[in-house]
Amino acid sequence: MTTMRNKKYKNIIVVLIVGVIATIISSCERTASDEALPATYSTTAEIFTDNFVGLGTDFYFPYLGAKPDVFSVDTDEAYDSEASIRIDVPNANDPTGNFAGAIFRIDGSGRNLTGFDALTFWAKASQAVTVNEFGFGQDFNGDALRVVLPLVDLTTQWRKYTIPIPDPSLLVVERGMFQFAAGGIGVPGEEVGYTFWVDELKFEKLGTIAQSRPAIFSGEDRVEETFLNASFNAANITQTFNLASGINQTVIPSPFYFNFISSDPAIASVNELGEVSILGVGTAKVTAQIAGVQAKGSLTVNVMGEFDAADAPPEREAGDVISVFSNAYTNVSNLNFAIFNDANLQVEVIDFGGNQVVEYNNLSFVGLGWDGTVDVSAMTHLHLDVQVSASTSPFLNVELIDFGPDNADNGAGVVGDDTAGGASTAGSQLEVGSWVGIDIPINSFTQATGGGGSGSPNLNNVARIIFVSNGSSVIIDNIYFYKQ
Amino acid sequence: MKMKNTQSFFNRFKKCALINALFLAICTIAVLSCGDEDQVVTTLDELVWFDEFNITGAPNSDRWSFEIGTGVDGWGNNELQYYTDSSTNIEVRRVSEDDGQLIMTARKEVYEGSGYTSARIITKQKFEQQYGRFEARMRLPYGKGMWPAFWMLGADIDVNEWPGAGEIDIMEYRGQEPTIVHGSVHGPGYSGGEAITKSYQLTNDRFDTGFHVFGIEWGPEYINYYVDDVLYNQITPADVTGEWVFDKPFFLLINLAVGGSFVGSPNAETVFPQSMLIDYVRVYK
Repeated sequence: MTTMRNKKYKNIIVVLIVGVIATIISSCERTASDEALPATYSTTAEIFTDNFVGLGTDFYFPYLGAKPDVFSVDTDEAYDSEASIRIDVPNANDPTGNFAGAIFRIDGSGRNLTGFDALTFWAKASQAVTVNEFGFGQDFNGDALRVVLPLVDLTTQWRKYTIPIPDPSLLVVERGMFQFAAGGIGVPGEEVGYTFWVDELKFEKLGTIAQSRPAIFSGEDRVEETFLNASFNAANITQTFNLASGINQTVIPSPFYFNFISSDPAIASVNELGEVSILGVGTAKVTAQIAGVQAKGSLTVNVMGEFDAADAPPEREAGDVISVFSNAYTNVSNLNFAIFNDANLQVEVIDFGGNQVVEYNNLSFVGLGWDGTVDVSAMTHLHLDVQVSASTSPFLNVELIDFGPDNADNGAGVVGDDTAGGASTAGSQLEVGSWVGIDIPINSFTQATGGGGSGSPNLNNVARIIFVSNGSSVIIDNIYFYKQ
Repeated sequence: MKMKNTQSFFNRFKKCALINALFLAICTIAVLSCGDEDQVVTTLDELVWFDEFNITGAPNSDRWSFEIGTGVDGWGNNELQYYTDSSTNIEVRRVSEDDGQLIMTARKEVYEGSGYTSARIITKQKFEQQYGRFEARMRLPYGKGMWPAFWMLGADIDVNEWPGAGEIDIMEYRGQEPTIVHGSVHGPGYSGGEAITKSYQLTNDRFDTGFHVFGIEWGPEYINYYVDDVLYNQITPADVTGEWVFDKPFFLLINLAVGGSFVGSPNAETVFPQSMLIDYVRVYK
């Protein structure tokens, strides 16, 4: 034991001697000029204790559409101090804004947060609620290092909350100190407001933020058959840390925290936002890291060549077409490509030089929905262009759901005044790697549907189009009703 | 007498660390003199048994035996794992040119009717000692349901049924509490949930991100528990609610359990595989 000790101390002496020599050597060298030295920014940890700390005067910026005057300093409620931040979430019918949301941005130069590993605060609410999000790093000037902790449960008791910093080394100068977004509670459209308080808001070096587990593409290894000029986004990026409490805390970081890497940038290039551009034929894999930790999930693209677009639909009088999804016509509003679907479905909207197509992988069923309903009773056909990308014996059935005179979805299945019916397309019609135009007569949706419809639906309030298949992968474009 | 010496060892160690932080250069000299002083006053510094885990492969069979299977009722604790001697569960690996580590890995895999596999090694009939300083430098796993332990059992356990034989838990840990370890003794009248236990919590650090030394200094009528350079508990006959059974030889055990009454089962968030790293085990007298 004694021998081992002495050995260690000798090492320390060696290090010291080397250090002294290094100092002597370096003193012989030219020193950097003042201009070359990095600027030093404030390393203040506190944002709010009894009052705001070092934020300047003009630091409160509400989100677009948010009620602007939800924020005050409350001297009656506080955790372990004299005052707290009070946020009064408005009712949904508040004419000045139907939610509370804002950023706190330093009025002046940013802070150096590289010495911290988390933003922490104490919070409570006037009733048990789930706040949509808390976070930091949003500055309304690129939001490059934004971090969001989504869906935070508050109780009526003060509790401490921790938002881990995905990679502190990047936060060299940050102005976005805090942000929040919260809507009322209750039935959508009739939410009722409440109040929550935040106190002791500060950055901390906890030393217990550990076991970094970043993920891209929901942690899945995605494989896409695709074509030149396509583009993808590194969707569903998260970073999970284990806290001292044992809780796994998942935050949504800005893509800038990740280092995206392509195995072959000549085939798939990826930028700092995680946007993937397909440039060459072949196979490439896109992966990512945060601070050297490999993210779970990846995107492998098999690029087959030029993508041939479906034939452009013919020009039609406005009254002769009701379009759901086509670059040739005016479409329904807020199309949702998967308003319901089976759990294994993968949906990707791919942009080929301004023309979008939708790709469904592992398609068993998917429902498309949009704002309101359409009256297609005067139309003669439903058209769609389909290209099978992978399947041995593909089939594709199409169903319509009509919401009936009440214009409302009466629930799962087909209930109330809802009606639905389906039509088969001949499997032999479909072809792998080629576009096939399908025109289904509007009065041929006669079959019973998977959701309980008995066929031949009403056509005045059509709200959903459903595709049913056998796990095939298909690309679809130009979905529209027309009058011949 | 011995007890005093032991405690003063810790006090000096701590002081040195403090000075070290304040005046690095000066402390280098101070530390040297500290080391010399220790040699004079500390009684438990003669290394009598150790494993530095520097030879790759299975742990040295001259020092360790495997315990295989599920024991009785999951080793008496409703543990969920099946212990194996497979290199996928236990292996000494080289981590640098002249240093190795014993790596114990808990895996989520169905094996012999259990849902998990892991490993457990003991020194029974290979190394047994009464009194001394027993320590291991380890990095622990994390996640709900992970239960690593570095502990000892009375060597007469085959003829003196537990808890009569006595148990000294140098380190136990729940994966869901990554900053806390527990040191305990079990004996007749104070076993299982009634064991004499004290916990130690790290400040601004955790046990799964770096190595920590877990040890006891054990002599007649005392067991001192320490983590790194912090002595956090002393158990004496006055503390136990039954007979003091710690004046006889004990053997060492190291295991990584999954689930069981102490920690509860893993949940969907528990990451597998999970490894425990052991840099060394050293015993002094």
